[in-house]
Amino acid sequence: MIPPNSFGLLAQLTDVARIWYAVPLLIAISLVYGATRHEQTKEVLIHSGRFLYWTLIFFAIILGLVWFGGYWN
Amino acid sequence: MAENYRWQTVNQNMTEVVYDLEDGEQLTVNLREPHWAALLAWLWPGAGHFYQRRFAKGFLYMICVLSLFFLGIFWGSSRVVYASFKKEDFRWQYLCQVGVGVPAFPAIVQAAVTSNGGTPLWVIAERYPDVDPRDFGQPGIPNAIPFQKIPRGEALPANKVSIKDGFMAPPAGRIDLNNNDVLGAWHVELGHFFEIGTIYTLVAGLLNMLAIYDAYVGPAIMSKEQCEKMRKKKPEDV
Repeated sequence: MIPPNSFGLLAQLTDVARIWYAVPLLIAISLVYGATRHEQTKEVLIHSGRFLYWTLIFFAIILGLVWFGGYWN
Repeated sequence: MAENYRWQTVNQNMTEVVYDLEDGEQLTVNLREPHWAALLAWLWPGAGHFYQRRFAKGFLYMICVLSLFFLGIFWGSSRVVYASFKKEDFRWQYLCQVGVGVPAFPAIVQAAVTSNGGTPLWVIAERYPDVDPRDFGQPGIPNAIPFQKIPRGEALPANKVSIKDGFMAPPAGRIDLNNNDVLGAWHVELGHFFEIGTIYTLVAGLLNMLAIYDAYVGPAIMSKEQCEKMRKKKPEDV
């Protein structure tokens, strides 16, 4: 028998799957932002990669805070 | 702080911006006619850069902006981009979406065509409420009026007046918070895709505004002082 809490976990995983919709957005935003700061393609890509890296870290921190915040309810 | 760039007018139809790079080299970006380039960049993402012969950046902007915009349109079934500035349905998101230029223009055409209750162009779906849409939202009409979507190829039931969804057309009928309306039906049908589509198209418009700025004044390359300041924050890079 499936424990009742499993449905809650399933719902959470379904919600987490929606995070993947942010990936194309993040890539496009990083590339466009990088392109506004440089002219050479190589520099644009380096800046975009760095921007994407820090944005992902920022998102991970927010996700972590929200995740742990859920346990206080 | 000293600026690391200077403008120079080559001739009446050509402006250049020259950057002093960190390594002591100079970079010259030819903006040609910046006003014309900015207009082209707004009308079609990347077109301003093609005009300036900055092809790599032109392709980058075009692919990034248009792929986001059309993905949003696809996920939102083309209902997420529409121009409506009525009091009960002020679609402020369109002000950002129109930053994409021509791809968002059909919404303006549809808003004009349907402004007096006209039938939208490029109909993509038909539905009918259980009351005459002309009475929709009037006092005495019960809440929770279900909408019936008419499958493609099937005829409208007798004595029913249909409501048509057009490509990038605003929701037909009245928008009423106390009754089911077409906008509500879209939200029910699309679920979270309505929001995802809206965000994608909105962000595409905002990103193209950055591209327009880049076509107008050139890239915001960091000065030597800014680079040094950034390195001081990260001692391991020094």
